[in-house]
Amino acid sequence: MEAAPDPNRALGTEAVFAAFPENAAVVALKSIATDAKFERNEFTVTVARENIVAAAKAVQAAGYNFFEDCTAVDWYPSEPRFQVSYHIVSHSLKQRIRLAVRLNGDSPSLDSITDVWPSSNFYEREVFDLFGIHFNGHPNLKRIMMPDDWQGHPLRKDYPVEGYR
Amino acid sequence: MAPLAAPDMIDPGVEDVVADAKRHQGRPGPASQNMVINMGPQHPSTHGVLRLVLEIDGESVVSLAPDIGYLHTGIEKTCEAKFYQQVVPLTDRIDYLCPMTNNLAYCLAVEKLLALEIPERAQYLRVMLNELTRIQSHLVWLGTHAMDIGALTVFLYCWREREDIMRIYENISGQRMMTSYFRIGGLSLEPPLNFYDQVRDFLKIMPDRIDQYENLLTGNPIWTGRLQGVGYLSPEDAIALGVTGPPLRASGVDWDLRRDMPYSGYEKFKFDVPVSKVGDVWARYVVRIQEMRESLKIIQQALDGMPTGRIVADAPKIILPDREQMKTQMESLIHHFKIVTEGFAVPAGEVYQAVESPRGEMGYYVVSDGTAKPYRVHMRNPSYATLQALETMCKGRLLADVVAVIGSIDIVLGEIDR
Repeated sequence: MEAAPDPNRALGTEAVFAAFPENAAVVALKSIATDAKFERNEFTVTVARENIVAAAKAVQAAGYNFFEDCTAVDWYPSEPRFQVSYHIVSHSLKQRIRLAVRLNGDSPSLDSITDVWPSSNFYEREVFDLFGIHFNGHPNLKRIMMPDDWQGHPLRKDYPVEGYR
Repeated sequence: MAPLAAPDMIDPGVEDVVADAKRHQGRPGPASQNMVINMGPQHPSTHGVLRLVLEIDGESVVSLAPDIGYLHTGIEKTCEAKFYQQVVPLTDRIDYLCPMTNNLAYCLAVEKLLALEIPERAQYLRVMLNELTRIQSHLVWLGTHAMDIGALTVFLYCWREREDIMRIYENISGQRMMTSYFRIGGLSLEPPLNFYDQVRDFLKIMPDRIDQYENLLTGNPIWTGRLQGVGYLSPEDAIALGVTGPPLRASGVDWDLRRDMPYSGYEKFKFDVPVSKVGDVWARYVVRIQEMRESLKIIQQALDGMPTGRIVADAPKIILPDREQMKTQMESLIHHFKIVTEGFAVPAGEVYQAVESPRGEMGYYVVSDGTAKPYRVHMRNPSYATLQALETMCKGRLLADVVAVIGSIDIVLGEIDR
């Protein structure tokens, strides 16, 4: 298998922060973002995994009121292996922002943002079920798609399509 | 018929219902202990394979936990093993009531990665077919919802008009349900000559038919009694729980992606977004009925303003060449062979494209690593989030109200499972 390309190749972090001075979320995230990019009219901010709750609160305070989606990408075998992507939209600003967190492959975990947006509950369970990423502080972190006794996490790239058994 | 005025209904409140339920419960003792019952996975009102674990006190719902995953399709894993163009038929199967909407969302996402320019005529046809799909999906919702409540006639009426749309589907794509009509970069076939006449005929009969449904239901005391004040969802809860589409607008949040974040040329069309502040099952009924009328307006505008020109983008390495050209020109044959056997490479990157499906926000998150196969395709489906709000809507209500609420959120289990 070929090594997957680095999804953060088009950095331009400084350029992004300079280009959107009026964007409230950009201003709020400037201090904690490790990386930012603007590609195909979509704005992506990467934060360290310790800062995801702080970032979520900052984005919410900036007017991004609606949590749309949370999912993960497995960049196996490169490290950091996982990328957790959150999509959040602002109804008043009519803008969307993507928060991203990169996680290492061994026992990946990050904090749950269900306190900020309760709707992330099912999405985090889905990511936990299909990728095996643990969300600390999630109120009900159980498998949601697969049976409780299922082995492995099917959407990982090293999970065989036919399953383990 | 005069437009529907949303009545100012007040929710009776959880306490009243529980108190009422307890009054009817009879003797204390073991009978007053809560009982856990399973509704589904194959209950007729769950509209698919959904199991609800209900804790009930007498007849009132104390807690409700949805259990999903019975339909596990592995669709996201399958997408990773296909070429980009081979994913289109898979997206049909995600939500079997709106194949065209899923096609559109996926195609728009990949077109965004490719930076493809789509001809205006293809955009108009896409919009027209999407609105037909919205009406078709709403007809199934209305029919099955009414059937859940006990009104079988409406179900048969709705099926009659749905059949007209199915004929349009069959005419344009050759398929009644899994149409796969959209292509990355345009549409798969030139619409047949009688397609526009068919749509015109449909537009003539449909307003009258919607009046017929309303005549049967809107003033019906059983219908209003079962719907009004049931399954209340406040705007704050709707946003906090991620509800989108008609349930969100029925709770008073004025948000429609077609108008607010337009895609595929929706900004060229004039239509109203129905919003109700009532937030109950009745409001969701009113909003969807009005949405059908708005969709008819959009189809009429698309029909009147249909531009001329091609239905596919000018991208020979992505679009399959015409059959005739392929037989006579070597270049076209090579392109055809390469696309079919090797696919086409898509520049690396990630996009999220959302469209307004009949059920709410349908989003596709596509990640490319620069090869001909998508590295990751994630579908953000509206029913999944709306299901989270089910407990909020049903808590404290009667068991029979759960049936009405499930019908009102217009659930399709195909799009919930992965």
